[in-house]
Amino acid sequence: MVSAYNQSSTEYKRHIMIQSTIRLVVCIIITVICLLPIYIMVINATRATGDIINNGISFLPGGSLIKNFITLNDPAAADGAYVRSFNMWIGYKNSLIIAVASAALSVFFSGMTAYGLTVYDFRLRGSATTFILAVMMIPMQVVSTGFLQFMVRIGLNDSYIPIILPAIAAPSVVFFMLQYMKSSFPLEIVEAARIDGCGEFRTFIQIALPMLKPAFAVQAIFAFVSSWNNYYTPSMILISNKPEQRTMPMMVTGVLGNDKVSEFGVNYLVVAISILPVIIVYLCLSKFIVKGVALGGVKE
Amino acid sequence: MQLNSSKRIKSVSYAKYGYLFILPFFLVYAFFMIYPLINTIMLSFKGNGEAANEWVGFQNYQHLFVGDPSSKYSQGATMHEEFWRSFGNTLILWAGNFFVQIILSLLLAVWFSDNRIKIKGDGFFKVAVYMPNIITAASVASLFLLLFGNSKYGAINSMLLNWQSITDPIPFINQLWSSRILVMLIQSWMWFGNTMLLLLSGIYGIDVSIYEAASIDGSSGMNTFLKITMPILKPIFIYVFITSMIGGLQMFDIPYLLHEGNTVSTGLETVAVYIYKYFHQANPNYGYSAAASVVLFIVTCALGIIVYRFNTDSTASFKKSKKKRTKF
Repeated sequence: MVSAYNQSSTEYKRHIMIQSTIRLVVCIIITVICLLPIYIMVINATRATGDIINNGISFLPGGSLIKNFITLNDPAAADGAYVRSFNMWIGYKNSLIIAVASAALSVFFSGMTAYGLTVYDFRLRGSATTFILAVMMIPMQVVSTGFLQFMVRIGLNDSYIPIILPAIAAPSVVFFMLQYMKSSFPLEIVEAARIDGCGEFRTFIQIALPMLKPAFAVQAIFAFVSSWNNYYTPSMILISNKPEQRTMPMMVTGVLGNDKVSEFGVNYLVVAISILPVIIVYLCLSKFIVKGVALGGVKE
Repeated sequence: MQLNSSKRIKSVSYAKYGYLFILPFFLVYAFFMIYPLINTIMLSFKGNGEAANEWVGFQNYQHLFVGDPSSKYSQGATMHEEFWRSFGNTLILWAGNFFVQIILSLLLAVWFSDNRIKIKGDGFFKVAVYMPNIITAASVASLFLLLFGNSKYGAINSMLLNWQSITDPIPFINQLWSSRILVMLIQSWMWFGNTMLLLLSGIYGIDVSIYEAASIDGSSGMNTFLKITMPILKPIFIYVFITSMIGGLQMFDIPYLLHEGNTVSTGLETVAVYIYKYFHQANPNYGYSAAASVVLFIVTCALGIIVYRFNTDSTASFKKSKKKRTKF
């Protein structure tokens, strides 16, 4: 009896061991597939073009990273195609301005809207909340024709205003903030602040904002990343495609859409430069991001 | 008496603050979403190119749906073929991407949430599989253009040539089905981590004691999955399905950018690409773009209503448990 129990127990343990090994191996394979394109991109950015053409894919870095970087900034390379369509610093600056401004506006005003809907009792509160939840699913693309024509009519094309300002009205961020406030913002605090003679806006800025910091952090990261990655809106609004106005994704597609650029090492470097900031942000904040996905329902 | 009246005044003034706090949102939303939506609907009844100010009634819709051989616009006769093709392309690309995505993400979600068989380092795996999702889609398209380039210089082609598995480079980007499959794989590569995390949070919401009861009753792993996990997961499954479909209808960056040369491959032209193509011209055809946008809007709304239905009646309990699990 005892031995039978032991036998089945060791069998069970072995079963668990085998199962978990199989799962671990499959997970490793999936992860390798996931990271492989990114890895090849980084490796190829350090290799000379001749090496890439002759030897195809390699898993060891080459020594041409600096040479590729110099070629990228060389006005003579590829008839000046690189310098004309790609300027790393201008691209970073433009994308950073848009992404930081959008993220800041988006979380601040969404927090404010959610605060207004949670703390105050007014007649249109219910319908306003329902409205925000209802329009959450409507994507930018379905109104883009009317949006663009309207912006052209009032002369706001080739301007960052229509790219940045709509971030103020982000229904999904408001929804997230509402959920968060419902679970972890005690309304008694507002009452206490009122009794102490604190004004309504000051209560929001000095008491509510610090308490909502965790929610703000997660949503700011998502807003930053999605704004940085946005190719559709900037390329639609910046009709003239002026070099000094292009965002990073516009520059990358501009370079690689050019047939003359055949320095492959440099091309990989261009792609790597464009995604480096989001990768850094992600690796530093991955804990928040992975946790936040399930909370916010951020879907493209 | 005095106390009463001052109380009343105070509560009125607080309501005023409520409106003030939500005002910026609604002003901006009206300016950048509501009016553009109305404008889109109006534009869909107006002409194209030079005739942008003429009212043409349902002509744009007629061209989109059935075409009009007697049209004075050159595109009028063949417009419907292009439009229906773009809808078909969108559905094909989305369906292929969803199929791969849901299998991978369901598998990983079930494994990561399994209490009996722990996978070592699941935190690392989650971070790794979500990574493609945060990378700029435009850069991803550029990267895959370099990797799967048509010529012998494309990384995959040059590797295959080196191994002498092929004698001529394969035009991955130019062939219809290889380019479609490539888009599907890129899309699922980018999105399966996201779907996995959503499903995972749904599974975490399931009460552990149900699993314990099942395992005491001798239910096998597969049986538990089919009889317990799947039925409880149904609402979030439908949520993932519909939101992915709504997202898929807007699919733009990858299909638009994945081409060599100057024109988008016809097999990859999605509805969003179609809309963009017609207004992103020197002489914009707002009418056609707007009409296609209105069609897309109606389809999106219909799908949204389905989500709303399911969300209101069956995910209430799921949401509650989800909140408990994921506190900061």
